Amino acid sequence: MRIVSVLVSSLLFGLGLEIAQMTNPQKVIGFLNITEKWDPSLIFVMVGAILINTILFHLTKKKAKTLFGDVLQIPNKTDIDKSLLTGTAIFGIGWGMGGFCPGPAISGLFRGEPGVYIVIASMLVGMFVAGPVQKFLSK
Amino acid sequence: MEIVNFTPMPALGGGILIGLAAGLLLLTIGRVFGITGIISGIFNPVKGDVLWRFIVLLGLIGGAFIGTKVMGTDTALQLRSTPFLIVGGFLMGFGARYGSGCTSGHGVCGISRFSMRSILGTMTFMATGFVTVAIMTHLGLK
Repeated sequence: MRIVSVLVSSLLFGLGLEIAQMTNPQKVIGFLNITEKWDPSLIFVMVGAILINTILFHLTKKKAKTLFGDVLQIPNKTDIDKSLLTGTAIFGIGWGMGGFCPGPAISGLFRGEPGVYIVIASMLVGMFVAGPVQKFLSK
Repeated sequence: MEIVNFTPMPALGGGILIGLAAGLLLLTIGRVFGITGIISGIFNPVKGDVLWRFIVLLGLIGGAFIGTKVMGTDTALQLRSTPFLIVGGFLMGFGARYGSGCTSGHGVCGISRFSMRSILGTMTFMATGFVTVAIMTHLGLK
């Protein structure tokens, strides 16, 4: 049952990304292009997602357990550290440069476009090296 | 600034589905829908904690595929040139893991939890994203 629910929720997530056209980098770049021709659609995606997820998150948190009786694994870090700010700053640069973030890149795989493969390959390399680099710098 | 290509209703509808999806994942397996975290967990596999991550990746692809059939958006994408896809993809992946999250983890799930880290993280990547695209637009880079 757990695997079925994972599949259903990720199908919904991918469907939502596609309906909102977030797998199209032009929609993302259009949103980030505030100085010229601006496409505010991405804000509506965020607002819709955050509204619903806020309600569901807080309802689930109150119950403290999942439907199947598992423990909730909610991130519990609260410190505003250098890693958070450096990492998200670099992420934003890459997001604007390539027009992709991880979800839409993965979702866009079905199109079979070579450019999407390139983004995913580079992304995976970036994610892979981020772990050791972070470990090294925190020593 | 001029507003173009604005599609508020599909954006809101798609967003609602994304919010539902994230809520459902937490409600059923107790995990937040942070795609960077889900992928990163595959690099340091913990027994019994890997299969669901691959299912998420499959679901994301399948869901979008169904979406194109529903929306008729199955058209070729206009992508950035290859050097920007390579460097941009690398920085996007590197920064997402280094900063403990991306648009889904910080932007959707984190803000929904009212996490100050995620609110600041989202503001940071939006800001650097705006600056990057502004620079590229003004230099005529595609």
